[in-house]
Amino acid sequence: MKFNVNSPIIFIMVGLIIAVVLAQSVYFLVKAVRRAKEIGISGSTIKRTISSSAIFTIAPAVAILVGVVSLSKSLGVALPWLRLSVIGSLSYETIAAERAVSELGQGLETQIVDPQAFVTVAWVMTIGIMIGLVLTPVLTERIQGGMNKIGMKDKKWAETFNNAMFLGMISAFLGFVFSNVSRLWTADAEGFVTVMEDKLLANGETVEVAVKYSSTSGLIPVCVMAVSAILMAICGIISKVAKQSWMNDYALPISLVGGMAAAIPITTWLG
Amino acid sequence: MKKEITYLKSVHRDGRIWGFTLLVLILMFPTMLCVIFDVLPEWKALFKALLAVLPMYWAVGIVEIFTYVPMLGAGGAYLSFVTGNISNLKLPVAIDSMEKANVKASSEEGEIISTISIAVSSIVTTIIIIIGVILLLVIEPIGAALASPVLEPAFTQMLPALFGGLAVVFISKNAKLSIAPIVLMLALFIFVPALNEGTVGIMVPVGVIFTVIVARIMYKKGML
Repeated sequence: MKFNVNSPIIFIMVGLIIAVVLAQSVYFLVKAVRRAKEIGISGSTIKRTISSSAIFTIAPAVAILVGVVSLSKSLGVALPWLRLSVIGSLSYETIAAERAVSELGQGLETQIVDPQAFVTVAWVMTIGIMIGLVLTPVLTERIQGGMNKIGMKDKKWAETFNNAMFLGMISAFLGFVFSNVSRLWTADAEGFVTVMEDKLLANGETVEVAVKYSSTSGLIPVCVMAVSAILMAICGIISKVAKQSWMNDYALPISLVGGMAAAIPITTWLG
Repeated sequence: MKKEITYLKSVHRDGRIWGFTLLVLILMFPTMLCVIFDVLPEWKALFKALLAVLPMYWAVGIVEIFTYVPMLGAGGAYLSFVTGNISNLKLPVAIDSMEKANVKASSEEGEIISTISIAVSSIVTTIIIIIGVILLLVIEPIGAALASPVLEPAFTQMLPALFGGLAVVFISKNAKLSIAPIVLMLALFIFVPALNEGTVGIMVPVGVIFTVIVARIMYKKGML
């Protein structure tokens, strides 16, 4: 068959796999909702969980779509669609694709025309992210069993343990928000920090290029985080004071989208 | 007659079946590409590229399973490790839903609420991407609009916008326990240049283990 990155046959295959992924989610949703009713979780709690999860997901899902767009230039739409719908994240898939095309002597700016190059990239991306899919079915039950052994009989400790895990993850990401603050004191006299970054050229070669960042650019994520945190606090206060409980349900999507929107003027200001 | 098994057991059984089915399908995709277009991969390029990405990807992948499975719950884990985007979408949505529904992650109610929210999130993500892909193919300027430089900062700063809100909820409820991990992580990320967006994934388990140890000490001493 004649090859094209957007050939209909590739879309059909990707579409079939994504249909199965969708079926799995629907299956577990129905199963969990049934069980929820059995053990007496109220219908309104289930409904609120569904609607707030759905609303919250919109912005991150659009961000994933942007990833599909950015990879589609060289790989067509179908392959990035599959890779970003199943396990992949933009940063991983971009690195995997870059590595593969660079070994093949091209960059990510031009469309792949050689089927052999395309299947090579597809294999690299697939094997690269496969580990989770291999190990989750094998390990999940064991990990949970192990967790139950380490003192989970004590209910209060089990609760504290879970909170500690969530806090540990959140604190790692809070740290990450501050990762470029040091540009404030490492900047040169003109107020710039020069960072050497790898750039993949159209011939597959990687070169180091000097990229200049303003000293205040490290504060952008900090300010965005602050806006999001303030919005969350305001939502919490309004829901308590004005007794608008729906406000609380949608507090996370509100703070997320508000923070993302604020990022646009903040980046212009500090970037 | 079917033997009666617990809900959790059946989640594990079904999760394994779906997981292995999808694993086979995912591997079928590049295999079928080879068959349909009658080509084999360029072996040298394939191995060199895999050699470059695999050590890091697989190491992170293994660590992620041990870090995220206990937090996601069983149903959530089987779904999340298929649809991905765990730290930037699935886990925050599950944590937030459990918090709002006032259920504990360690209880069966927590397991169920987490599964419902992750399933809904996976479905909505998949549908939005399907609609997006169709629009991209039909109306080309949409791609350009989404990837426009004006909107770029909004997507670049998604993680800070997400964790700002989530942090307020969690820190306000666990103020004492959150001090040590936050101080540690801020110090590490500010003063160690190697820690950045690319390495935050490795720092998550570090943060989790550290916080659990701190929690255990404070719990034993009756400080929580």
